[in-house]
Amino acid sequence: MNFWLIQSMNSLAMGGVLFMLAAGFSLIFGLMRVANLSHGAYFMLGAYIGLHMLDLGFGFATAAIAATLGVGLLGGIVERLILRRLGNNTLSQVLATLGIAFVIADGSLWIWGGDPRPVSGPAFLSGGMQLFGLTFPKYRVAVVVFSIAVGLGLWLLLDKTRLGMMIRASVDDRQMAQAVGVPASRLFTVVFCLGTALAGLGGVIAAPILSVYPGLDADMLPLALVVVILGGLGSLAGAFVGSFVIGFIYSFGQVLLPDLAYMILFLPMVIILAARPRGLFGRITA
Amino acid sequence: MKRALLAVFIAVLLMLPLATGGVYYTNLASQILIAALFSLSLNLMVGFAGLTSLGHAGYLGLSAYASAWLMTNLGWGHLESAAAALGITAVAAGLFGLIALRAASISFLMITLALGQILWGLAYRWTGVTGGDNGISSLTRPHPFGIDLGNPVNFYYFALVVFLAVWGSIAMWVRSPFGASIRGTRDQPRRMAALGFDVWVIRWITFVVSGVLGGVGGLMYVYYHQFISPHSLSLANSAEMLLMVIAGGAGTLSGPVVGAALVLLLKNVASAYVDRWVMLLGAVFILIVMFLPGGIVAGVARLGGMRRKASVPVPAAAPVNKTDLRPEVAKEAS
Repeated sequence: MNFWLIQSMNSLAMGGVLFMLAAGFSLIFGLMRVANLSHGAYFMLGAYIGLHMLDLGFGFATAAIAATLGVGLLGGIVERLILRRLGNNTLSQVLATLGIAFVIADGSLWIWGGDPRPVSGPAFLSGGMQLFGLTFPKYRVAVVVFSIAVGLGLWLLLDKTRLGMMIRASVDDRQMAQAVGVPASRLFTVVFCLGTALAGLGGVIAAPILSVYPGLDADMLPLALVVVILGGLGSLAGAFVGSFVIGFIYSFGQVLLPDLAYMILFLPMVIILAARPRGLFGRITA
Repeated sequence: MKRALLAVFIAVLLMLPLATGGVYYTNLASQILIAALFSLSLNLMVGFAGLTSLGHAGYLGLSAYASAWLMTNLGWGHLESAAAALGITAVAAGLFGLIALRAASISFLMITLALGQILWGLAYRWTGVTGGDNGISSLTRPHPFGIDLGNPVNFYYFALVVFLAVWGSIAMWVRSPFGASIRGTRDQPRRMAALGFDVWVIRWITFVVSGVLGGVGGLMYVYYHQFISPHSLSLANSAEMLLMVIAGGAGTLSGPVVGAALVLLLKNVASAYVDRWVMLLGAVFILIVMFLPGGIVAGVARLGGMRRKASVPVPAAAPVNKTDLRPEVAKEAS
């Protein structure tokens, strides 16, 4: 009983981390039709920037903000300088993001070295807390709460603001949105910044759970792909549900079937592709 | 003209070990031939079927691990284990095709990436079978007709025979009526369907053939290195194969060979000076996609076309050149 509850909390925390990763991926895909294969690299870069700030003696919150802004800024630059020049050629854009992923990954290896680095969370969240007579790690509980807050924030942004309205309009029908005056060009940059910043934030938040190591990017990218294929491309709700489903499968798989854990992760993707190729909540296919 | 070029090219390949004289260059030439097996087989999907796959290193891993495991654990001979390895690769490719061909375009790419990562994860984590991170080592090279392939020159000729056989069969295949139907499903899937072709089956057969030929490359790879580890199945390796295809020219017969040679030469030259091959790979990827989307062979052909107008066929539209989504998908999306 104990085991199941504690593993469930781990699963929720993993799901929360995955959500921050996959929400940005899904958002970018929904608007630009670009599968951003550098998303895992932005996630890892966020974690490394956070680690670097902590090493310099800043607090966790400052580190998180720095990573979010830094990665988002880099995303904006990449969108403006590289992806934009490839025009409407989606496949070229995807391949370019793959190249960017390698540059970031190898650059991080160069700067921060090859050893896995543990990261400690903020001091006031260390230790455990009593819940239902069991002790849960405080940090993981906080991650779950935080990711739900991020999800709510994103939902408010997309559903209640003018910016969100423009994004949704462009996701549904890009040509039509442009025709009625949505500044699609600026929107692309904004969304790419937002999506990559979310990945960077996810990386910092995940660092105390997963630690930071070279290859973290290649570990996370397939998870993001599986989440969005499961939930449906371009759907926030899909990313949310998909993340927690994969979070549970990941955490329980690690414990119950360590040898095959990685493989089991992909089962839901296979099933959903067989039964409903556009994903649980998806409206678009590509 | 073209035939003469081909004859010269093959003659050069035959003479190569004599000309270079060093073990290093002979081995490098063998590695290029093996890499060309991967790029040629991947090109069937990327160039001719218009479906960009990012999991091709998985087939390398499948056949290499299968043959290595059968030889070390069951004591099978080279021939039986090679045949079984290719059979396993074919079955896996068949299953993967069922899944991946549910989608096209970007989703296809994402699914093949995920499938490739499954195989990587298996190789890495299923330590009981694959030896985990350490891989399977101290393997042997086969002795066909009593020839010792431990000798670099002998191995080079062995690789050359396999390479020419694969290249020739791919050339014949893509020029056959079936090859024309593959290109048809790339350019006009809906028209092909209207003409009574089963687009899905054509793609699936191409997918499986591409996988099995990738498996042939995997066997050559494991014979050459006498070692296989999860690293060979990594996403970076799949991307390297795709770079060979795109850099050389997708959808052409010579492009992938040129691309394989270029990437391997670059890799070898670069690694003598810098330690950052992956970063260089990424940078080259970005530059090729931005400035040479049709690949080098198409670029050269275009230059030639300026001199001799119209004699050069338009490079069979590399999918990178394509604008947006596949027609039938675009229809659904809009």
